[in-house]
Amino acid sequence: MTTLEFPAPPQRSRLSAFLGLALRRPAFLIGTGIIAASLLIALMPGLFAPYDPLAFDMGAIQQGPSLSHPFGTDGFGRDILSRVLWAYRVDMQMAFFATVFALMIGVTTGALVGYYGGIADMIFGRLVDAVITFPFLVLVIAIVAVLGPGLVNMYVAITAVNWVYYARLTRAEIMAQKAQDYAAAARVLGYSDGRIIFRHLLPNALGPVIVYWMTDMALAILLGSSLGYLGLGAQPPAAEWGVLIAEGRNFIMTAWWISLMPGLAIVLTGLGFSLMGDSLADLLRPKGR
Amino acid sequence: MPSLSYLLSRLLQIVPTFLLVMVFIFLFVRLLPGDPAIAMAEAKASDQQLVEIRERLGLNEPLPVQFGYFVRNTLTGDLGRSILMKRPVIEVIMERLPVTIYLSLYAVALSVLVAAPLALLAATRANSATDVAIRGVFQVGLSMPVFYIGLVLLTVLGAKLRLFPVGGYGRTFFANLYHLALPALSIALYTSAILMRNLRASLVEVLDAEFVQFARAKGLPRRVVLSRHVLRNALVSAVTLLGLSIGNLMSGTLVTETVFAVPGVGRLMLEAIFARDYPLIQGLTLTFAVIVSLTFLATDLVQSWLDPRLRQA
Repeated sequence: MTTLEFPAPPQRSRLSAFLGLALRRPAFLIGTGIIAASLLIALMPGLFAPYDPLAFDMGAIQQGPSLSHPFGTDGFGRDILSRVLWAYRVDMQMAFFATVFALMIGVTTGALVGYYGGIADMIFGRLVDAVITFPFLVLVIAIVAVLGPGLVNMYVAITAVNWVYYARLTRAEIMAQKAQDYAAAARVLGYSDGRIIFRHLLPNALGPVIVYWMTDMALAILLGSSLGYLGLGAQPPAAEWGVLIAEGRNFIMTAWWISLMPGLAIVLTGLGFSLMGDSLADLLRPKGR
Repeated sequence: MPSLSYLLSRLLQIVPTFLLVMVFIFLFVRLLPGDPAIAMAEAKASDQQLVEIRERLGLNEPLPVQFGYFVRNTLTGDLGRSILMKRPVIEVIMERLPVTIYLSLYAVALSVLVAAPLALLAATRANSATDVAIRGVFQVGLSMPVFYIGLVLLTVLGAKLRLFPVGGYGRTFFANLYHLALPALSIALYTSAILMRNLRASLVEVLDAEFVQFARAKGLPRRVVLSRHVLRNALVSAVTLLGLSIGNLMSGTLVTETVFAVPGVGRLMLEAIFARDYPLIQGLTLTFAVIVSLTFLATDLVQSWLDPRLRQA
């Protein structure tokens, strides 16, 4: 009698399985590619910029896009492409710092409120209602009005409003996880609340939060550059895309490229973050696999 | 129609929320460094004027009493005097508000006109090349800040092709359809991207639902199935989404009014901020909050009228 031999099930880690799925998605590849390239430029703008972003060239004032200046030059003959590339430093920083503190504060608060419920949860509910009653931008610029314009104050203002959205999302996820059997098992085993929340529930609840974070970084760039354009965010002469666009505002009839070219960087980076976020959301959704 | 008790309970829910909103706005000026009376007064205010402001805001009283004064003043429409305009805040806001409301409604109408047909086209041909193309274009739209969309439209349609004026505001309803076309379109292109995305998703879901398959199976013409069954159900989610994106819409008007020099409350807010006109900033923030919560309320009511199932909840 011959024994039947079954092939051993493939032993793949969760990470490699995830990567295997991810790499077959063009949206994920394109998004990650754009963001990786953006980070590289932000770290070493000098390596990619063809000119000194601050060098005046009085022989090349307000020239349209050409081979030697692909994005054209501004009123001082500065190369716009180089200025846009240097601005990656500020804008990529904005995407990170305008969201990361909101993420940390929001996740912690949301986890605690979602786990304990009760009065804290009720107060939190009212707070969410009140915060979403203000248009995001209005609330942020009202806070900037109190603190004064500038990058750091902008981060403070955005964080002050934005953490609520992270907390709301985390709270909902924690409440769903809390009802699962493994959470009951952890309680029966006598684990401390802190251990249950942060070691057991939270890792399972973080998926949607991370996805939201990706999309939120795209929004942070849109918001940050809007504030820069309005004169409330990064201050000139800092190279930031919104500030660069504002600099060309008065020449839009004669030299459109000064304003419109820097916008391409916003669109491309925003697209990168949202492609990454969307495809990550697809991957994390069970039926999408 | 929604029942009276539903309406009442919904109205009651607003009260605590609004109280908290008032607390935020109340604390706002008091968080400023220095004397709130000086922040609320003109730069060259006399001591007499400062005394009057302290009196009106009750600045010599404890905080809870001050809050009482604040609520009383607000409810009676007394929002203080604008430093910039040298007129009562409420007057200035009421003068500028219609412009912003017009612009917002115009933008909503345009975004529905853009998003609805394309969402239907994309959903009925889910995952076809058409679908992918439509979604791709709107994905790019979502990555563009509203002020940038505005500048692109201003350059191409306004300055180069001279199809529309590049700014300003007209006198009559119809003149403004023309004058505000570019600002409205700038906001609409952004909001329609959000709308299209969600409408497509809900249409795909409804098209797949059993009652639609049943309607098809009983031989109803495609047109009737779409209009009577599919669209009616997708409408509920579209209304909800439009209502919930009122905040986005208001943020959009703030930016486009600045780009196109439209004299609405959005641009006024920025003027107030640069002039450090705190009474005006306070009044405007409150105005935006009122608009948003009234819209949320209206959304709930329309939703429960469209979908009776929601009234049970």
